Amino acid sequence: MANVSTLEQQGGIDWNGGNRPFKASWGKLMMWFFLVSDAFSFSGLLITYAFIRYSHDGYTGTSEAFAFSTTYWPLPDKVFEAIPFVHGFHAPLVFVGIMTFILIMSSVTMVLAVEAGHRRDRKDVEKWMLWTILGGATFLGSQAWEWAHFIHGTDKGTVDAVYGTVIQGATLIQNQYGPVPFANLFFFITGFHGCHVLSGVVINILIFYNVSIGMYDRPERTLDEGAEPYEMVEKIGLYWHFVDLVWVFVFTAFYLI
Amino acid sequence: MAHTQHIQTGEIAKPNTAAIWRTFYILLAITAAEFIIALAIPDSVISHGPKVFLYIIMTLAKAAYIVAEFMHLGHEVRFLIYAIILPMMFIAWLLLAMFWESASVYKSNEPNKKNKTSMVIYINQQV
Repeated sequence: MANVSTLEQQGGIDWNGGNRPFKASWGKLMMWFFLVSDAFSFSGLLITYAFIRYSHDGYTGTSEAFAFSTTYWPLPDKVFEAIPFVHGFHAPLVFVGIMTFILIMSSVTMVLAVEAGHRRDRKDVEKWMLWTILGGATFLGSQAWEWAHFIHGTDKGTVDAVYGTVIQGATLIQNQYGPVPFANLFFFITGFHGCHVLSGVVINILIFYNVSIGMYDRPERTLDEGAEPYEMVEKIGLYWHFVDLVWVFVFTAFYLI
Repeated sequence: MAHTQHIQTGEIAKPNTAAIWRTFYILLAITAAEFIIALAIPDSVISHGPKVFLYIIMTLAKAAYIVAEFMHLGHEVRFLIYAIILPMMFIAWLLLAMFWESASVYKSNEPNKKNKTSMVIYINQQV
């Protein structure tokens, strides 16, 4: 561009059109904007959680003397202390720690797939994407078990502070662990996140299929200077990392705070 | 399955993954630290409030590493980095503001608290 005035050039970026100001392709930029909007959705949910959580009493006694009650918010490491296949063994936060590790690992394998795409190494892309899909599916299965155990409840149940009946497990209307919103928010927010993981796994499978039939190695994609044939892998890599990022925040909100 | 021609002009480069694994180990260390604080440090040494503050700091650190390295935002054009990060900072402010404001809802719940479950409070709330 020969006669570009300084008004149109900001920090070396040319806004006059006919180029890519952010040096990113349209598809990648749109994925980033979608992720920001999705971050707003999740932020709304987590802000609601913070608001409702702190408008309830917290538990003020010692950890050893803790018992479930509908009058105060429970301690998370007393609610989430079960692991599969072993009944009655108290392992606080162990299972969710394993779930977090699995999801972060699947994010790492996704980055490795993107890196292999940059090198146009189709075999490596397939390998790493398969691991990512496996990690995502394992996370979903683990989340399903977590929900099932949460809904089923403990052996004893809790006596409702007002009506005196025994509450067992959790529904959207009442739960044995604490006030009504405790289970509500758990199902809604982890469920919303789980739907994102599910859609991420499905899209990953579709893109894996595209990679394995050699769609991104076709000559019309590779001949341009600066072409990025495997950019689709990078774009859903962004989505998958976003899903992992949201889990980091959801995990902190429900299991640590 | 379509038959596709695999055209490769030259060798495939070796993987260059050192930065990826380094970021993974950092994330693993921060997560391990969170679990140690949650499970191994009793409330008498660090009480619940400061622990929550530490969790939030560590979560933000993990988020920063994931966004910068895994999503590659740290290596993009500066303007794009700001376009993503600045809205998120506004949201972080909103989150802290709502943490603070929820205390007043808690106080206004006070007269309804005796002998009522939370469900009844929400139905009867006259703010």
